[in-house]
Amino acid sequence: MAAKSAGAASKHKAPKLKPTPTNKDAHTKMEAPAALKFSKEQELDAYRGMLLIRRFEEKAGQLYGMGFIGGFCHLYIGQEAVVTGMQMAIDEGDQVITGYRDHGHMLACGMDPNGVMAELTGRRGGLSKGKGGSMHMFSKEKNFYGGHGIVGAQVSLGTGLAFANKYRENDRVSLAYFGDGASNQGQVYESFNMAELWQLPVIYIVENNRYAMGTSVSRSSAQQDFSQRGASFNIPGIQVDGMDVRAVKAAGDVAVQWCRAGKGPIILEMQTYRYRGHSMSDPAKYRSKDEVQKMRAEHDPIEQVKQRILEGKMASEDDLKAIDKEIRDIVAKSAEFAQNDPEPDVSELYTDITL
Amino acid sequence: MPTNILMPALSPTMEEGNLAKWLVKEGDKVSSGDVIAEIETDKATMEVEAVDEGTIAKIVVEAGTENVKVNEVIAILAEEGEDVSEAAKGGSASASSGADPHSERGSDGAAGGGEAASGGDPVANMDDRRVPAEGKVHPEPKKPEVGKDPDIPEGTEMVTMTVREALNSAMAEEMRRDDDVFIMGEEVAEYQGAYKITQGLLDEFGARRVIDTPITEHGFAGIGVGAAMAGLKPIVEFMTFNFAMQAIDQIINSAAKTLYMSGGQMGAPIVFRGPNGAAARVAAQHSQDYAAWYSHVPGLKVVQPYTAADAKGLLKAAIRDPNPVIFLENEILYGQSFEVPKMDDFVLPIGKARIHQKGDDATIVSFGIGMTYAVKAAERLAEEGIACEVIDLRTIRPMDLDTIIESVKKTGRLVTVEEGFPQSSVGDHIASQVMQRAFDYLDAPVVTICGKDVPMPYAANLEKLALPNVDEVVQAVKAVSYR
Repeated sequence: MAAKSAGAASKHKAPKLKPTPTNKDAHTKMEAPAALKFSKEQELDAYRGMLLIRRFEEKAGQLYGMGFIGGFCHLYIGQEAVVTGMQMAIDEGDQVITGYRDHGHMLACGMDPNGVMAELTGRRGGLSKGKGGSMHMFSKEKNFYGGHGIVGAQVSLGTGLAFANKYRENDRVSLAYFGDGASNQGQVYESFNMAELWQLPVIYIVENNRYAMGTSVSRSSAQQDFSQRGASFNIPGIQVDGMDVRAVKAAGDVAVQWCRAGKGPIILEMQTYRYRGHSMSDPAKYRSKDEVQKMRAEHDPIEQVKQRILEGKMASEDDLKAIDKEIRDIVAKSAEFAQNDPEPDVSELYTDITL
Repeated sequence: MPTNILMPALSPTMEEGNLAKWLVKEGDKVSSGDVIAEIETDKATMEVEAVDEGTIAKIVVEAGTENVKVNEVIAILAEEGEDVSEAAKGGSASASSGADPHSERGSDGAAGGGEAASGGDPVANMDDRRVPAEGKVHPEPKKPEVGKDPDIPEGTEMVTMTVREALNSAMAEEMRRDDDVFIMGEEVAEYQGAYKITQGLLDEFGARRVIDTPITEHGFAGIGVGAAMAGLKPIVEFMTFNFAMQAIDQIINSAAKTLYMSGGQMGAPIVFRGPNGAAARVAAQHSQDYAAWYSHVPGLKVVQPYTAADAKGLLKAAIRDPNPVIFLENEILYGQSFEVPKMDDFVLPIGKARIHQKGDDATIVSFGIGMTYAVKAAERLAEEGIACEVIDLRTIRPMDLDTIIESVKKTGRLVTVEEGFPQSSVGDHIASQVMQRAFDYLDAPVVTICGKDVPMPYAANLEKLALPNVDEVVQAVKAVSYR
């Protein structure tokens, strides 16, 4: 096979950058609510939260290049608005579970950046004592249930978290994040069926970043309106601009309310974009640089918030620079910790296998 | 020539049932396909249809008769023009056909249900069960001799119970004790269990805690694991472990590994249970023993009981265990009776083998239904002056190797027995460990008796050949004893 240039990807049908047109009359099609107007505090919180993820991931990429992080490392850069907006929509005690592109979710859940970074470097101060790595971290305290390396497994598990909430009648909801790639896994639909059948309070969040590894949705998915993937089970879905944190929060509010009202599951398709490769070893041959540049220039979630803050005079350039510095310090500290923390004691090899 | 109407079998493992009702009386004319009677087992009810045309000359077994053996004559049919009173004296055999009302899922479900709650000797009945079509004469029921379990206090009153009743009561007791325990699976609630293990649980605990799932093993196993990660204690029933292959990713990647991957923060206190291994005449896709498969995986516990007492005490322990436990049952053992201690709360330790029978000449290690061959072989060998120590492993992982090694140090000879495939079998692991830890004590190479290295055939004769048998075990013990 001849080597392909980046442009060769266009031989396949180019992925659409606009939402796929769908049947708006479908009974499971719910209109996306209008993006919320954020208060100054909300805008600044969103800015801070997304910037922490961006800077953290950039640092992780650097540490990977330096050989401090091994194995797989999937960065969340570009998708920050999704998890940041959803965290703003849920309450203390609601649960979160996701796949292997999970660093952003952990930071958004309030897990310690030092612990996350030290897990990436496989050190004893890591959240899983260095035994889980990039794809497998958990926090009972922060209601974060992983961090799962098998594509789609978290969808059934997240449905199980919702089952437990319904069983206990505790009014909690669970958020199960997965990608457009995982959306084609069979167990996703087995879970949809039972979630609707048993009216489980679970929000399925499809982070549609347009590529399952290197396969665009147009080449992998017969139904590209992921909000309608639950149509056979009567699960309603909303397509959301996942690059706008206000739109995410608005849809998140609707979904949380839906679940707490006892109406069963709901699907949110977050239309988002991953700037970096699938993992660190991505050849970037399946999409053009122009496509990535266009998304960065026109839809960047952090830039959008920054513009609104400045235009609305909620904070000055200097104020934002101060936040940037504060974030950079947190990330630098986590990197330093992760590089200097010792590896796990060899006795840890045989602990935590069974209780 | 008058025809005998015989007691039909609902399933290959059914031995007997109750004749609930006659829908015809003596003197009635019947044609092929007419429903003439209703048969009940502890699992299901079915209608008996006439196969031949004629007149009911005599009803041999009255309605309401319990424990009617399969192939027993239940009525006599006179042919057209035959003298009915003459015909009533006897005739040639003609099996009536059973229409299984619940046949949606083939023989794994309801059709597996006829295995009656006979109190028979499981060992003596083994061969008969394997070839029900031959209609062998069943020996007088004899209670299996179970060695004393040091975990059962001296003087405890014992009650006779089937493995099915033991499993059922174990779950009911644990569900009464802890609201976090619930059961989910296919047909566990309204159908009362494909093998009736969950009979009555829906009535007592309600639909919140006894949950029928769609036929989606992968999905509901994952939901169970998720619920366990959130702190509930699910019992996930697989209709058979053959179907758990659909779900094995969630069992291994999610349930078994999470505790380690989370640095001890979060695990999955869950029990996966259901019948495992060969039943009878259900062929390759429904007849696999998964003991060796699951025993391979760190993070799992794997239990495979033989007696009803172990089934009860170990299932209760499995439900309380904070780890994922694979609990491998056996359809053929479900209806067999054993002595179970009458205690308010009988819980056995997981990971401890039980010396079923003491002996000094050779050690036989087995587990689950493999014990039926081991026990029978030990009886025969005793008659020939070879005293076997029979060890029931009960738990495959963590494995109680110490008990095996202690025994081998005494006997110097070891034979393992299981129904699973030979390569990388449980016996292989035991042999390897014994070689490494007790090489100097061995007087002969370890022999492992397994199922044959073939997919399970359907034909009765081939199926019998594919499984281990008592002769093989006897021969193996003699071989290691150089006799």
